[in-house]
Amino acid sequence: MTDLQSLDLRRRSASEDTPPSIRHQPEVAKLIDVSRCIGCKACQSACMEWNDLRPEMEEFVGAYENPHDLNPAAWTIMRFTEWEDEAGNLEWLIRKDGCMHCSDPGCLKACPSPGAIVQYANGIVDFISENCIGCGYCVKGCPFNIPRISQADHKAYKCTLCSDRVAVGQEPACAKACPTGAILFGAKEDMTAWASERIDDLRERGFDKAGLYDPPEVGGTHVMYVLHHADRPSLYAGLPDKPRISPFVQIWKSAMKPIALAGLAFTAMAGFVHWVVAGPNEVQPEDEAKAQDILKHKDRT
Amino acid sequence: MVARYTTAQRINHWITALCLILLALSGMSLFHPGLFFLTALFGGGPATRAIHPWFGTVLLLSFGILFVRFFHHNLWRREDTAWVGRIGDVISNHEENLPEIGRYNAGQKLVFWLMSLLILVLFVSGVVIWDQYFFNLTTIPAKRVAVLAHSLAAVAIIGVWIIHVYAAIWVRGTMHGMMRGSVTPGWTFRHHRKWLRELARGR
Ligand code: SF4
Ligand code: SF4
Repeated sequence: MTDLQSLDLRRRSASEDTPPSIRHQPEVAKLIDVSRCIGCKACQSACMEWNDLRPEMEEFVGAYENPHDLNPAAWTIMRFTEWEDEAGNLEWLIRKDGCMHCSDPGCLKACPSPGAIVQYANGIVDFISENCIGCGYCVKGCPFNIPRISQADHKAYKCTLCSDRVAVGQEPACAKACPTGAILFGAKEDMTAWASERIDDLRERGFDKAGLYDPPEVGGTHVMYVLHHADRPSLYAGLPDKPRISPFVQIWKSAMKPIALAGLAFTAMAGFVHWVVAGPNEVQPEDEAKAQDILKHKDRT
Repeated sequence: MVARYTTAQRINHWITALCLILLALSGMSLFHPGLFFLTALFGGGPATRAIHPWFGTVLLLSFGILFVRFFHHNLWRREDTAWVGRIGDVISNHEENLPEIGRYNAGQKLVFWLMSLLILVLFVSGVVIWDQYFFNLTTIPAKRVAVLAHSLAAVAIIGVWIIHVYAAIWVRGTMHGMMRGSVTPGWTFRHHRKWLRELARGR
């Protein structure tokens, strides 16, 4: 995707700039009400159409997922899980998978290329392809296993939350296409309020563990789910129960950067100080003389 | 003059050295945003990302040959432990207090073995995160461990490299050995007397 001048940036990968903060740009969110989804994949098609994506045809392997996984040309897919509850009732859990647009995005934290990943003031996390170097660090940073690197152009791709549409006041293509109203888009505040009404509704109908998925471990997300089993998100095709940026990535990207550079600078400085204090170790004329003694001794033996 | 390195050994060393410098520059550019500008040396970000692992592959091959050539000179001896015990005298240039040393001293041996170990760690972890060709070989959690191990080992090897280079500058006459292949008898007497005696005995 491209940089959008109409949206201010809150964060920019590998950059220390102070973000502009004069304009008022409320946080947005997409609310996916899993309990209303019928798995028709209209959102998937709308995403392909709006973003000009044509994923390759794959083999049928006995599952409804199609394609089988996210890929550089499939930024959202429906994941289907057949689950039996304690009473033996079958539930068909359908989840629209894609980027969660984390408030604290692991992808952006890991990205080494300035401006290849940005977070707009409204919360949308976007990959700016012309700055992407294809290193795959975002793949390691993301707690939701979302970014995919294309083998065609070696750039990372994922859902943009239709940042180009949102910038001009439109809702994302998936939300527009959904026939049941399972995908809603608006201010995060409004979406949260709407979700709580819906959750009350579900609880009344017997889903007493219904709730909102807006994981605080990543600072909340700008794509949220209403789940009937919010106590067990992993039922829904492995949605992480407690998503968090891996501690390995945290160490690599936070503490280590300054400590490593300081350590190397210190080592080099120590060499310089040693030169000044102790000085070079030079061969003395008597060393040469004694060396000749040893070598001559050889001639005699 | 005392012959220390053959032409082939020197070329082998300098190919390895060049690779290490190119790896450090390209690697550091992707490690710290403040050094991202170094990618310009390699033709931009994507080119740096693509070429870095190939430098590593050349380094592995080149260092592998170096390793086979020199490892038997770097086996630990009793006098090496004594040498390490007198590290204060080493640093303050009091060579007269040190035991007689063979072809390599303990410091040089440590550099050799640390380089060997770190290059192994860097290559293995590097393959795990060489996504262009080997993405499907390992899981993402494994790649997270590998990327941290790779950067830690890289910082360590750059530290070892700084010590290696400074020691070559500090101990005068050493550089000539690696540049032109020979050192003076006095240099050999001063720093590697046991080796000089062996040479004198014709071994
Ligand atoms: S879900 Fe992954 S790719 Fe999306 S914003 Fe969060 S960390 Fe980034
Ligand atoms: S692949 Fe691109 S977006 Fe992902 S971390 Fe690397 S430069 Fe950033």
